[in-house]
Amino acid sequence: MDEAALDALIDTGTAMFGIQMKPEWRQAVRMHLAFSLERAASVMQADVSDHLDPAPVFRA
Amino acid sequence: MNAVEIAAAVTSGRTSATAVVADCLARIDRLNPVLNAFTAVLADRAKARAAAMDAAGAKGPLAGVPFAVKNLIDVAGLPTLAGSKINRDHPPATADAPLVTRLEAAGAILVGALNMGEYAYDFTGENAHDGPSRNPHDTKRMSGGSSGGSGSAVGGELVPLALGSDTNGSIRVPSSFCGLFGLKPTYGRLTRAGSFPFVSSLDHLGPLTRSVADLAVSYDAMQGFDPADPACVDRPADPVSGLLDHGIGGLRIATADGYFRTGASAEALTALDAVAKALGASETVTIPQAERARSAAYIITTAEGAALHLDRLRTRPDDFDADVRDRLIAGTLMPAVAVVQAQKFRRRYQADVLRLFEHVDAILAPATPSVAPLIGQKTFVLDGKEMLLRPNIGIYTQPISFIGLPVVAVPVPTAAGLPIGVQIITAPWREDVALRIARALETNGVAVAPTAKLEG
Repeated sequence: MDEAALDALIDTGTAMFGIQMKPEWRQAVRMHLAFSLERAASVMQADVSDHLDPAPVFRA
Repeated sequence: MNAVEIAAAVTSGRTSATAVVADCLARIDRLNPVLNAFTAVLADRAKARAAAMDAAGAKGPLAGVPFAVKNLIDVAGLPTLAGSKINRDHPPATADAPLVTRLEAAGAILVGALNMGEYAYDFTGENAHDGPSRNPHDTKRMSGGSSGGSGSAVGGELVPLALGSDTNGSIRVPSSFCGLFGLKPTYGRLTRAGSFPFVSSLDHLGPLTRSVADLAVSYDAMQGFDPADPACVDRPADPVSGLLDHGIGGLRIATADGYFRTGASAEALTALDAVAKALGASETVTIPQAERARSAAYIITTAEGAALHLDRLRTRPDDFDADVRDRLIAGTLMPAVAVVQAQKFRRRYQADVLRLFEHVDAILAPATPSVAPLIGQKTFVLDGKEMLLRPNIGIYTQPISFIGLPVVAVPVPTAAGLPIGVQIITAPWREDVALRIARALETNGVAVAPTAKLEG
């Protein structure tokens, strides 16, 4: 994602969650978001079957 | 003295718990201003408990052993800071965490709470509110995080035993930087009740010490089911202390290749190869999709961490460490589908990696890409590329804790004059195997917790 797309996501998302972004935070948030989304892109390419259960913590 | 040596001296009457605690508190007084490891020292509590133990006849495998805990672990009478400014407004904990109670039941004596990276989202040991905990082997350098105070306190011999937490490497990184033995047990083995969470899917608690025996004895004291932690597994304790000297004959030990050698510094690779050579581990093994596993752990961490702290991000954003706040805000924007996919991938990756343990009993890998960086350093070079330091110190630890495998980090000296850690990774519930291998390395002198030169 380019800088404008990242900024659009930051603006929309933080507004939705009620986080009052300050201009001086933006560069760092953008950098971390870009890094995280790169990691997410790798994960989204993983070959996982429809029947594979997610693995967070739960015990009935 | 190490913990088991102290316990032997106290139970035999060669010294008293009172004398041990007095020496410990005096050393903390002298050296904590240098190391900044402690955020609270519980002198009155420790002295009172030592006196009571001496009066009753000190008993237990940790009799009279001073210890301290990362300040995300509840200590009665203290607010559980989790390295933050915000939690200072919380009421004091009304009870000790179960792991504190279990260590004290074995005779240990709590002497304080330890500095840490804010909300455990850290690999550096820096803290914007309390200042950095410092590396005892070079106080200009990082202790490692997020259990930085734990590494600093044990590395500087302020206490022989400390507890830390490890979500993505936060026991193993300070163990590496400060030259310690660290145990991240199997996910679900030690209760996390009474600790401030970070990423429930990945959080572990465990000990940092200066010897393998101390790891084993403290681990044994802390085992046991606790329904108060939803992740804690109802499984009988598997005591390991009596198994350390069973040797490593017959164990199949291999070194992780590929991802786990990419980007490592010369010091990290030299230490890894020295350990492999000492163990006769000539085989290599490829942990499949380790880089993707690291990515999955990364996004689960950022999303779960953001969810945990969202209300504080809304109401008190200026009270966060800016480095932590900005990562958490980015975490709020992680797409949910990616997080669910990461948890699905976690299940597949676990199955793939567990198959490796049909052919090997333990896998060796670096704990950190480099020795301890300088405090304040923001970037380092990995694989020829300048990278942000804070998110990347854990590249070799994250793919392992992601699926909850037990790991012992062992300290190895380097030509740089600073220690570095090597991970001994085993199948779930086989802490005994990792500890036996660590013991063999300790016995032959390859792994050693170096003495810091902090005084005269």
